[in-house]
Amino acid sequence: MLEAIVQGVLLGGYYAVLAAGLSLMFGVVRFINLAHGDMAVLGAMIALWFVQGAGLHVAIAIALTLPLMGALGWLMQRMIFERALRGGFLIPILTTIGLGAALQNGMFGLFGSDTKSLGAYIGNLSWASWEIPGGIFIGQLPGYMFLTAILVLGAVHVLLTRTAFGRAVRATATDSEAAALCGVDARRVHRGAAAIAVALAGLAGIFLAMRAQVTPFAGPMLLIFAFEAVVIGGIGSLRGTLIGGIALGLAQSLGAMISPQFSLLAGHCVFLAVLAYRLMSGAAAGRGGWRATITALVFHKSMLRGKS
Amino acid sequence: MTAALELNQIVGRHGQLQAIKGMTLRIDKGEVAAIIGANGAGKTTLMRMIAGLHPCAEGSIALFGSDVTAMPAHGRLKAGIALSPEGRRLFGDMTVQENLMIAAENGRRGDWNLASVCDAFSQITPLLARPAGGLSGGQRQAVAIARALIANPDVLLLDEVSLGLSPVAVDGVYQSLETLRGAMTMIVVEQDLTRAMKFASRVICMAEGVLELDGAPKNLTRAQITDAYFGIHKTADTAAGGAAHA
Repeated sequence: MLEAIVQGVLLGGYYAVLAAGLSLMFGVVRFINLAHGDMAVLGAMIALWFVQGAGLHVAIAIALTLPLMGALGWLMQRMIFERALRGGFLIPILTTIGLGAALQNGMFGLFGSDTKSLGAYIGNLSWASWEIPGGIFIGQLPGYMFLTAILVLGAVHVLLTRTAFGRAVRATATDSEAAALCGVDARRVHRGAAAIAVALAGLAGIFLAMRAQVTPFAGPMLLIFAFEAVVIGGIGSLRGTLIGGIALGLAQSLGAMISPQFSLLAGHCVFLAVLAYRLMSGAAAGRGGWRATITALVFHKSMLRGKS
Repeated sequence: MTAALELNQIVGRHGQLQAIKGMTLRIDKGEVAAIIGANGAGKTTLMRMIAGLHPCAEGSIALFGSDVTAMPAHGRLKAGIALSPEGRRLFGDMTVQENLMIAAENGRRGDWNLASVCDAFSQITPLLARPAGGLSGGQRQAVAIARALIANPDVLLLDEVSLGLSPVAVDGVYQSLETLRGAMTMIVVEQDLTRAMKFASRVICMAEGVLELDGAPKNLTRAQITDAYFGIHKTADTAAGGAAHA
């Protein structure tokens, strides 16, 4: 039981990184990127190509992939999302569905349909573990992933709360018109936020490729996990994202104790329970409208208050 | 005198409604102008158009002779136009200091900085670490003006300075604004006629999107202002015209 809890918490770090980008995009740019999971897979595929195709060390591959993914996020915001957002609330959703399909089939064309993993390239990290008192074994890879997740989310928190760019992001998320009156160019802020979000998705994809296997069509499942972690933890708060990720990881880990088939279902059940609670809280009904309902469901905390 | 701001036949629309109907106006450098008018006269739309928040459907806006009509709001701040908007629009979850720092970081360099705006608006200093959302109306207004000021503008636009404030708070805000007189061009939208007449060197009265009256307060009678404020001449003309047609 204790081991399952520890494993669940460690798994939560991965889900938190996966969810943080989705949360950031919705909180700042105000749209749900349904291609987020596919972008995570793309990050994994690019890192795999650097390792398998170019023969680079995994660490170098990660160091190259993350800025590349950030640049891709910046470009997609500049070339695609900005234009889609002018079409209202629905067009960006349809656009990201199309983008996701294009990414899946593009990766299928470029990298093939075989499952791929970075597990073979990280030495004994895949199976090495630490034994802690009580006879509990903690996998080194999940442990390092969790630490990396904490460090990355902490760094994003510092960026948002302690830097001029972070203040501009928070101001734009609160009131983009008032931010413009303070000299903030909302488009540049949105592009910066998209770069961070896609880089985070890429990191989550690399994590996945290290701990399991990826295929070009794994994106939609990753999107569901990210969305569940975001809804459980609440959009906009990095602490909430981490808590949501850990809650999802715990649910899956404890669910697997009942039955291996129950692992994913347990996570979905926690998500549905939180969703039902939010619905019954009356926040959505009180404000009225389908858009307000979606906002109330996933946006229960004010975006980027400066609290981690 | 050098023209700080020149509006040339500007038209502002809200959908089908024409809120500003071909208005032409020149504000000289260092001038303190008060814009008055009844609700719906177009005062706030005019301020938003000057600040770049509302598009000019027709006409042009020039700042010290340079056309800024197509420039977005964030660019106009850097060009030298700052607006303290109606409703203050502070970032409620951020501290007062963060609210000020955003404008300082993205505005122009100049004499105004955190220390100097705290000197000009002394009530701000003890509030710097507090979230802006928890401030009183007067404090919020002071922070909103300080936030515009810290961007070192040439033209300071102040929309609805006294709206929703207690008389004591309004006195405090105007005392601080007095210290800015001569240092920059100011355009103030004010519902309080007495206050506007006392503070401004020039009063501009708008009604239904057009300029009805323009002059120095000492040259205007109360009756002239009241008539322009409520568009009484226009109403009388329209009624007379209607009667003549009938």
